[in-house]
Amino acid sequence: MSTKEQADRIELLQGTLDLLILRTLLLGPAHGHAIAKTIEFMSDDVLQVEQGSLYPALHRLIKRNWISFEGGTSENNRRAKFYQLTAKGRRQLLVETRKWDKLAGAIAQILRPAGQEGES
Amino acid sequence: MRRGKRMMEDLEQDIREHIEMETQDNIERGMSPVEARYAAVRKFGNVTRVKEETRAVWSFIWLEQLGQDIRYALRMLGKSPGFAAIAILTLALGVGANTSLFSVVNGVLLNPLPYPHSNQVVTAANWFPGYGEGSISYPDFLDWVRLNHTFSSLAAYRQNSFNLTGQGDAERVSAMEISASFFPLLGVNPIIGRDFSSAEDQLGGPPAVILSGGFWKTKFGSSEIIGKALSLDGTDYTVVGVIPEDFYFCCETIGFRLSDVYVPIGVSKDPWMRDRRITPGVRTVGRIKQGVTVAEAGADMDGVARNLAAAYPDIEKDLGIVVTPLKQVMVHDIRPFLLVLLAAVSFVLLIACVNVANLLLARSTGRGREFAIRAALGASQGRVVRQLLTESVLLAMAGGALGLLLASWGTRAALAALPSALPRANNVRLDPHVLLFTLIISLFAGILFGLAPAIRTSRPDLHETLKEGGRGGSGVRYRAQSIFVIVEMALAVVLLIGTGLTLRTLVSLWSVNPGFDSHNVLSFSVGFPPALASADANAIRATLRQFTDKIASVPGVSAVSVSNGAIPLNHESALVFWREGQAQPATEASMPFALWYRVGPDYLKVMKIRLLRGRFLTAQDDANAPGVCVIDEDFARKFFGNEDPIGRRLNFDLVYTQPLRIVGVVAHVKQYGLDETVHSPVQAQFYMPLLQLPDDQLKTLASSTTGFIIRTQGSPDAFAGAVRDALREFNSKAVLYAPEAMDHIISQSLAARRFAVILLAVFAALALVLAGIGIYGVISYIVGQRTHEIGIRMALGAQRSHVLKIVLGQGARLALLGVVIGLAAAAGLTRLMATILYGVSATDPLTFAAVAMVLTLIALAACYLPARRAVRIDRLVALRHE
Repeated sequence: MSTKEQADRIELLQGTLDLLILRTLLLGPAHGHAIAKTIEFMSDDVLQVEQGSLYPALHRLIKRNWISFEGGTSENNRRAKFYQLTAKGRRQLLVETRKWDKLAGAIAQILRPAGQEGES
Repeated sequence: MRRGKRMMEDLEQDIREHIEMETQDNIERGMSPVEARYAAVRKFGNVTRVKEETRAVWSFIWLEQLGQDIRYALRMLGKSPGFAAIAILTLALGVGANTSLFSVVNGVLLNPLPYPHSNQVVTAANWFPGYGEGSISYPDFLDWVRLNHTFSSLAAYRQNSFNLTGQGDAERVSAMEISASFFPLLGVNPIIGRDFSSAEDQLGGPPAVILSGGFWKTKFGSSEIIGKALSLDGTDYTVVGVIPEDFYFCCETIGFRLSDVYVPIGVSKDPWMRDRRITPGVRTVGRIKQGVTVAEAGADMDGVARNLAAAYPDIEKDLGIVVTPLKQVMVHDIRPFLLVLLAAVSFVLLIACVNVANLLLARSTGRGREFAIRAALGASQGRVVRQLLTESVLLAMAGGALGLLLASWGTRAALAALPSALPRANNVRLDPHVLLFTLIISLFAGILFGLAPAIRTSRPDLHETLKEGGRGGSGVRYRAQSIFVIVEMALAVVLLIGTGLTLRTLVSLWSVNPGFDSHNVLSFSVGFPPALASADANAIRATLRQFTDKIASVPGVSAVSVSNGAIPLNHESALVFWREGQAQPATEASMPFALWYRVGPDYLKVMKIRLLRGRFLTAQDDANAPGVCVIDEDFARKFFGNEDPIGRRLNFDLVYTQPLRIVGVVAHVKQYGLDETVHSPVQAQFYMPLLQLPDDQLKTLASSTTGFIIRTQGSPDAFAGAVRDALREFNSKAVLYAPEAMDHIISQSLAARRFAVILLAVFAALALVLAGIGIYGVISYIVGQRTHEIGIRMALGAQRSHVLKIVLGQGARLALLGVVIGLAAAAGLTRLMATILYGVSATDPLTFAAVAMVLTLIALAACYLPARRAVRIDRLVALRHE
């Protein structure tokens, strides 16, 4: 990969990745690879998740009992773990989303306060 | 661990699958298989780091959960502070008492001696067929050194004392005569100067002295001490070294003294030290070679004994040598005590643990509802169990920490109270090993007792529990608690009976008649002026008479006697003899022994020993009169049976050149202490007039000291000063030292026992308190659980007294069962402490009955409060109570 592409890659905070995974699973159960691709796809390729970091995140969510998994077969007939949201996870997603909106709003306010000149 | 491994394998597979899928996608995008895989792997990132991070997730989560558990546990414990306080206190008491006592036992009994490789340090002593183990002769010692093969080093020692003059007032210093190899053998290095050289340890060698650290500090203090001359008994000894202050060596005689100075034993001019037939209190300590066992050393010395018997048949035949580890020698008297104390304190710890278990069990039942709810909300059973465990572990640690505090205080208190009769009292400190052991025990107890109720409670039948409000299964719970209480009561009973028996032993001993009247009797020693050593025998006799008269002239002194040789509870001395008319035994070793008291005519007046027959010694029995002696009743019985011993003679081949005629029989005196037991094989006693001692013996005596014993009108301690002044007035070079009231000597001999009784009483009290709390807790709990039921009964018309009877009845049933079991157990167990009992049987019915009554009363008292509460229950409140 060229350095230019690397610079565009935004480092995702740990908690944010968790949030994204939860959101992805809202659409239905998926296996690890599919989750990674979905995040890329839904963000118009802005968020390039280093696919490896998905797994610690998934395990964190499992430990917290926000997601669970089952064995299953993938599209091309391979064995894979399918992850799905638990009830707790679903509730957590709501809470976290609200927190994230608040945070994003606050940051945006600081960066671009209402009625300010500057580049726009 | 296995779960982690499986997880890692799982993860690896997931990662493989993931990369496979990405590779597949890449191929579909048009890459070559090789490129596709390469890109997929790069996109994935660092596999090792992923695995590490995942592993970290698991451990971090685990820590987080532990934190949660701890916080939850603290909150739950905070909600019932009473329960937590009692549990912690109970455990702390058990742990604290245990650790304190273990520290003492460890320091005194279990710890190796403070010498390097101490299990190689042994004593070697003579074995006399008629006497048992005893001291040896110095010429024998020199041959032992020469002939043995299994000792790397062998040293002789002997206790003595000297008149120190020229350093201020003349004073008496305690001394030990030692071989040059003594200190090196024990691994002791002088802090100043050096050890004795072998040249100094020989007859005719230059007189050298080594000071003990304590003596040097108090008397001199400067390091300019080497080369200084000290005048001991008139001879100048050069100081060559000073040894560390904390040097400790056990003492085999009945009294224990730390030596002030050390001189070489080989230089002694005492003729008894050169006579192979005489054993003047010389003992040995040795170090056996690496790899040699004590048994092998013993066999080797048996060979040496045979060797000597062949070389000196009339002296050494039948004489054996016995080798014993030093540790055994040191502790063998107090071992049974300490073991009893150890058992007692273990009981206390057990009772404490049972109490805590009970508490935990009681509490866990009341939380059945809480667990049911958590299970309904999705908590796994493992999680709940873990959380309960955290609670009990927290309790256990808090109890252990408080116990540590109590232990350090307790150990200090014990040190202050320890009688000096216990060896190594100064080396007892809070032992970290012991502490660790006790903490582990309490942790273990906490886990065990927290786990049992936890596992049972955490798998409730959800519907049942939620419906009835948490009362499911209370029958089973109640049974477990009852068993606990019964066990507690039984343990307390055993402990109390043990204490009662030792207490009664002490009381019995205290009232034992020692054979003489010890009230208002003072014993002391007098060091002769050095000039006396060179006087002739008659001058010595005259001086002795004058000393006696001078002391008798002190107002308030009603009788005076010299007291030489054996001194009751203080010093042992024995002499061999044989009855006239019987054949002389072939060797000394096969001759009978008797305890040898060399006294003045007024000895009976001082000691008030009963005269049974004939007469005692008088002032007329002096050097010009025929030789006489007085025997005791045991002697008469053993050697004369029904014959009248008066007028018969005894023959000697040592000391006395003529036979002595028996002129009287007196009552027996308890030489070895009030509880004369197995280690006193020689019971026969005889008394000779000191003045009739042959001249050469008297001259040896005159170069050292003699004992005196006086009867006073009024408290003896007050007289020491007056007698000292009178003596000094008479001869300024005579030194009075070691004055001690006879009552005090006797009381000291019981000191270890007294201490044991006090300790046992403390533990018994502790056990009583804990058992009382235990019963109180259980009955309280039952009343609480059955409030509903009691309310119904009362609403239906039951009388208050009826309810009271039910509650008390339950408590009484538990208590009685516990007491009965305890009595049965005690009957079996107290047999084990028979060796330290005296005057009371191990199954003494009085003690058993008393303890049973006391415990039942305590149990009933403990039930009283909850019973009252039961009776006061408001019916309406009870009915509404869930």
